[in-house]
Amino acid sequence: MGKYIVRRLLQMIPVILGTTFLIYTMVFAIPGNPVEGRCGERPCPPNYVAAFNAEYNLDKPLLVQYALYLGKLLQGDLGMNFYGNSVAHELAIRWPTTIKLAVMAIIIEIVIGISAGVLAGIRRGKFSDTLVTVSTLVLISIPVFVIGNLAQLIFGVRLGWFPVTATHGTFYELILPAFVLASLSVAYVARLMRANLVENLRADYVRTARAKGLSNARTVGVHTLRNSLIPVITYIGIDLGALMGGAIVTERIFNINGVGNFLYRSINQKDGVAVVGTITMLVLVFLFANLIVDILYGVLDPRISND
Amino acid sequence: MTELRRQRTDLSNEPVVPLQTDAASGPEEVLPDTTTPGARSLGSDAWRELRGRPMFWISLALILLFLVMAIFPELFTSKDPAYADLSKAREKPSADAWFGRDTQGYDVYARTIYGARASISVGILATILSMVLGVVIGIVSGYRGGWMDSVLGRIGEIFLAIPLLLGGILFLYTFPNGPETPFMIGVTKVAFVIGIFAWPTISRLMRSSVLQVKPNDYVQAARALGASPMRIIGSHIVPNSLASVIVVSTINLGVFIAVEATLSFLGVGLVPPVISWGTQISEASGIGLIRVAPHILLFPSFFLSLTVLSFIMLGDVVRDALDPRLR
Repeated sequence: MGKYIVRRLLQMIPVILGTTFLIYTMVFAIPGNPVEGRCGERPCPPNYVAAFNAEYNLDKPLLVQYALYLGKLLQGDLGMNFYGNSVAHELAIRWPTTIKLAVMAIIIEIVIGISAGVLAGIRRGKFSDTLVTVSTLVLISIPVFVIGNLAQLIFGVRLGWFPVTATHGTFYELILPAFVLASLSVAYVARLMRANLVENLRADYVRTARAKGLSNARTVGVHTLRNSLIPVITYIGIDLGALMGGAIVTERIFNINGVGNFLYRSINQKDGVAVVGTITMLVLVFLFANLIVDILYGVLDPRISND
Repeated sequence: MTELRRQRTDLSNEPVVPLQTDAASGPEEVLPDTTTPGARSLGSDAWRELRGRPMFWISLALILLFLVMAIFPELFTSKDPAYADLSKAREKPSADAWFGRDTQGYDVYARTIYGARASISVGILATILSMVLGVVIGIVSGYRGGWMDSVLGRIGEIFLAIPLLLGGILFLYTFPNGPETPFMIGVTKVAFVIGIFAWPTISRLMRSSVLQVKPNDYVQAARALGASPMRIIGSHIVPNSLASVIVVSTINLGVFIAVEATLSFLGVGLVPPVISWGTQISEASGIGLIRVAPHILLFPSFFLSLTVLSFIMLGDVVRDALDPRLR
């Protein structure tokens, strides 16, 4: 197990270097781009550009620039945004809201997604199966921002069950956005759970369990369910990436003061330093979440870590 | 190469049961069962299964409808989508404007019809790009193996580690579309960035099916007969692994259309005056507008979701038909 964790950690290093380099070059390697928009709708004066270039080492060769940037990143310094505030600080005050939203969405995903998938899987071909399969297909097809706008219109404006915006980020305010954010993943989790369950229910060990006289509840509940859950857990880890993209949209629609909304505003203000910093942080969180899921996967399924 | 060598030693070690070693090393599902006379191939079997499925015909009809809409929008409306009548802004749906009018007084119906072109072009271009990149890279890493495989695998991991939407935002932030960007350039840019961040999924799929097909007897036989790598890839490996790639790409097409709309919604994808469902929804959202004129939001949203649905549904049905285990 220890060897497995070390190997996974080592494998992460090139990916982290590659992604941060890609993100960095995309914005900072293009001449003139990072300062664009810093001085409003007109081009920046040359002395400002020079000062900016010196501060962010843009006058040095690309690899040196990147190395210096990486050094700063390791110290938690993401540079200053448009308003002269530290990007790291701006993100730090917004993380709690975004994490709250994401955790709520993941809980919704797990509870509703897994139960719908199990219901469909054990009653394969019956009405509940068709209902789950069709409704998840429809749910997958509706983009998050459409669901968000519709939810806001129906449950916020028309029915008035939930607050229309979630500016303060309280639990009650975040319920509706969390459902919107979770909607796509709920559908994927349900489908994945169903497919795994259907496949595992045909496995030999299930037949053996039935043959030796175990009750249906025990066969499904203990033997099959555990095995079917493993890929679902992996999926939830991978899905964090989609959740982050969704968070930008959801936070924008419900005006939540989180990391996603910060990114959205930085894009509109053409604030390159803030955009790079935020996306780098999001990608790093995504990578580490995946690492944790991978290690968890090794714990749940000994076949993975023993190779 | 190493795999091949290993297998040869296997054969020489156990000359009595060479067939069994082979059967154990290659999975059986990918092979269409053509050995028994009178048996149907996987393809024709899948086609028989598909013909009986209403979902297949519904999704196909919808896709055709949207394609015609994208190519000949004039067939569906005689209105000019770029003509705005400000005095009729936010009018409710009427006989004059079927889906009502938006804040600028544009005809929502005409704009929804004309919006199909941008969305579907982005979807198709991005799918072609990710498919070509993914198939080529997947074949190279699966067939060549060795250091090439490792390097391509790592590069794929890097692109996979950046979520599609974040990658899209980043690229389009650096190379933004403006009001003066010509239609095709804007569309190509968005399609390019989606394709660039989406190919690793396809290449992984392709690579694993190449690895599944490669050790099979008939591939080794072709090799022994002196077939060139290009010929082996073209006539043995690609036909065997393309089915799953096409299925995933069909589903992806739907997903890509949704991604384009999301990027446009966030203001970085396509921007007005380009008419697309994403920009339409972006202009129609916002709490004040939703309250007074929800129709501006609802109609393009419905068309967008229906298009995405029809592609995902088609891919889903075809996959079910191709996968005998699900029957």
